[in-house]
Amino acid sequence: MEKGNTKKGSTNRRKFLKIGLLSGATTVAGATLLANLASEEELQASGEKIRVLTPDGKMVEVDAESINNYPEAHITPAESRKGIPDRKFVMVIDLAKCKNARNCVESCQKAHNLDYNEEFMKIQLIQDHEEAEPYWFPKPCYHCDEPPCVTVCPTGATFKRDDGIVLIDNDRCIGCKFCITSCPYSARQFNWSHKPKFDDTSQPYSPETSVPGTEGTVMKCDFCPDMLRQGKLPYCASSCPMGVIYFGDKNEDMVTNGEETVRFSELINDRGGYRHLEHLGTKPNVYYLPAVNRQFPLERGFDVDEEIIERYKDVPFVQDLKDQGKI
Amino acid sequence: MDVDIRKRELVKEFSPMLLKSTKWSKIWIGILVGFILWGLAAFVIQVIKGHEVTGMRDNVVWGIYIINFIFFVCLSYSGAFISGILHFFKTPWKNSVSRIVEIITVVSLIIGPIFILLCIGRLDRLHYLFLYPRIQSPITWDIIAIITDLIGCFIYLYLTFIPDFAILRDNSEDVPKWRRKLYTFLAIGYRDTPTQRNRLHKITRIMSAMIIALAIVAYTVLAWIFSLTLQPGWNSTIFAPYFIVAGLYSGVGVIIIAMYLIRKYFKLDHYIRKVHFIGAGVILLVISLLFGYFTFSEYFSRWFSHKTHDANLLNTLFNRYFWEFIFANYIGVLVPIVILFFKKFRTIKSITFAAIIAVLGLWLNRYLIVVPTLETPYLPIQDTRPEFIHYSATWVEWALSFAGIAAFVLFFILIMRLVPIIPMSGIIDYEREGKGGTNSVTQHQLK
Ligand code: SF4
Ligand code: SF4
Repeated sequence: MEKGNTKKGSTNRRKFLKIGLLSGATTVAGATLLANLASEEELQASGEKIRVLTPDGKMVEVDAESINNYPEAHITPAESRKGIPDRKFVMVIDLAKCKNARNCVESCQKAHNLDYNEEFMKIQLIQDHEEAEPYWFPKPCYHCDEPPCVTVCPTGATFKRDDGIVLIDNDRCIGCKFCITSCPYSARQFNWSHKPKFDDTSQPYSPETSVPGTEGTVMKCDFCPDMLRQGKLPYCASSCPMGVIYFGDKNEDMVTNGEETVRFSELINDRGGYRHLEHLGTKPNVYYLPAVNRQFPLERGFDVDEEIIERYKDVPFVQDLKDQGKI
Repeated sequence: MDVDIRKRELVKEFSPMLLKSTKWSKIWIGILVGFILWGLAAFVIQVIKGHEVTGMRDNVVWGIYIINFIFFVCLSYSGAFISGILHFFKTPWKNSVSRIVEIITVVSLIIGPIFILLCIGRLDRLHYLFLYPRIQSPITWDIIAIITDLIGCFIYLYLTFIPDFAILRDNSEDVPKWRRKLYTFLAIGYRDTPTQRNRLHKITRIMSAMIIALAIVAYTVLAWIFSLTLQPGWNSTIFAPYFIVAGLYSGVGVIIIAMYLIRKYFKLDHYIRKVHFIGAGVILLVISLLFGYFTFSEYFSRWFSHKTHDANLLNTLFNRYFWEFIFANYIGVLVPIVILFFKKFRTIKSITFAAIIAVLGLWLNRYLIVVPTLETPYLPIQDTRPEFIHYSATWVEWALSFAGIAAFVLFFILIMRLVPIIPMSGIIDYEREGKGGTNSVTQHQLK
């Protein structure tokens, strides 16, 4: 068994990947990939052994330290096509708790080195019908199981991995933009010109980090696989002060927003979870919990930049609010 | 032999067109080259500064480039279709127009794909299409279809040129040496013996059937680039046949315009006669009815069932694009129908006018298929940057579009310099067969 006392080196990381990620069935019940977060310090301190499930179904013991501790590992474009073994990532967004705090947007922008207007995560103001009050609607890429963007890509620059994540290899992308027109959720963005930040090579390019960008190619939300490999939540999920964004593994039936860890199936079934535009057949891996029993009035969400409020001016409700002088 | 004498006569008649350049033709070529250079400058700017210099942004990622692409490819496709039909069914009055149609087919098939290249963000990685091909992508199908179509059309065009190359080779004593050599090379030993003639006719006939098929495939795949996506306004089952009819519509229109210009410019009144315009006009009438019918069914069913996202799209069309919609889908269809329907309106000028309206209307119709759909996605665009909300083409895009049209005309003129625009071999064939005097049209045509 791996007695990993070296924290560095990609061999270790690969071995870890071969062993497989922690199984939900172990005694460290919370020691799922994500719950790891909470117990990280503790694990580092002890030389404690934990049990994990190998891809071929065997239960083995490994040193806690050798798990998920290789943040510096670089995943090349070729490696990034494989996906993290035995995982099926899902996100659940609780619309009842969202108040347009925009922490998810900003932390994502910071992590992916995006400009002010470049947003992998967008917060839209959606109104389902005339009678309904609008609600804040965070929208990442849905990492669809039937992704039209992947089907139409002529070079395989955008691809679907075994763990459900849809990524873009911007070394391979020819910029035909066909994927942008075929994504029904407007999740993709194009690098229209060269920007100085693209020249920053301090970090080698990996599709898992989407940094640095490249002119004439496509980019989008990547579900932060680099964080997932470290057992951490994607930036949006960990930065939301309201715990709106749950993230986890469908195979383990577990999602967490960093504070509470819940069963994915229970959450979806008890709270009426749904997927956006289900009828399109794209089978998203991002689920929404409807905006019922809201925790915040809609107006709370207008406590943001003037420019951002301007975005929502076409929503009739916002026009009313403006007329009443509330915003 | 009188055929040889006749050939000599014909070469004499047409050689001014091939050799002499008048002051005006030089000026025209100068203007066209100017447009092309302007386009090249725009292209260099686009390459250096990136696609930011165009009006395209994250929502409307395809603009007038792709519209020009559809437009030229559909010209080519309809040229192939019409030319194939003319050959295949040995249409009586085909001779005067068939070469015009063939040249349009090939030239537009060269210009069209250039526009799709302009949409591509990383031209330096174009070879990835072949390095990492993925066959399930409609773009890959499109590349295969267009390349096949291009090769097929070139072979076909070449086949129809061979007899004229042979005539020119045998009858051009007083032309520059390089031209003679070129003709000798291109005629590949064609001597116009009965066996050779028969064989060539047979091959041309087979090729004419094949390019009809190729053209239909290529244009269907092109329509699928849109209709296989999930976007409201694109995801339509009738798009492939609709595009094919639309292609024919603009194709016949451009052929009529070309006929008019060539007739006027080269004084070919006795070859390209009113009967040709009326024939083409009647075809345009039939196609405009069909095109109107398709357009109507497409929009009517969307309007009647008014699913939310379709309704949003129609809302965009009827508000922001109101006049464009009226011009493209009412004026662009109804005016040609009215002009062409009544016999007394059918003059050469009015038919050409109807053709111009049809072509402009059709271009706009394509614009309305591409741009408003992209401006009305499933999730509403919530942005404050105007250029991300609405598309408007920049000068770079216009410069390149006009450069494309200029290149089209220039190539056309250059090919007309190489072979006569009226196939001489066709005239001779008619003379051979026309001895019986079965068809008054061809009789007149031969003076
Ligand atoms: S949301 Fe769009 S970009 Fe993301 S996987 Fe689905 S189709 Fe592709
Ligand atoms: S823009 Fe890039 S990722 Fe998108 S379809 Fe084209 S090659 Fe693929």
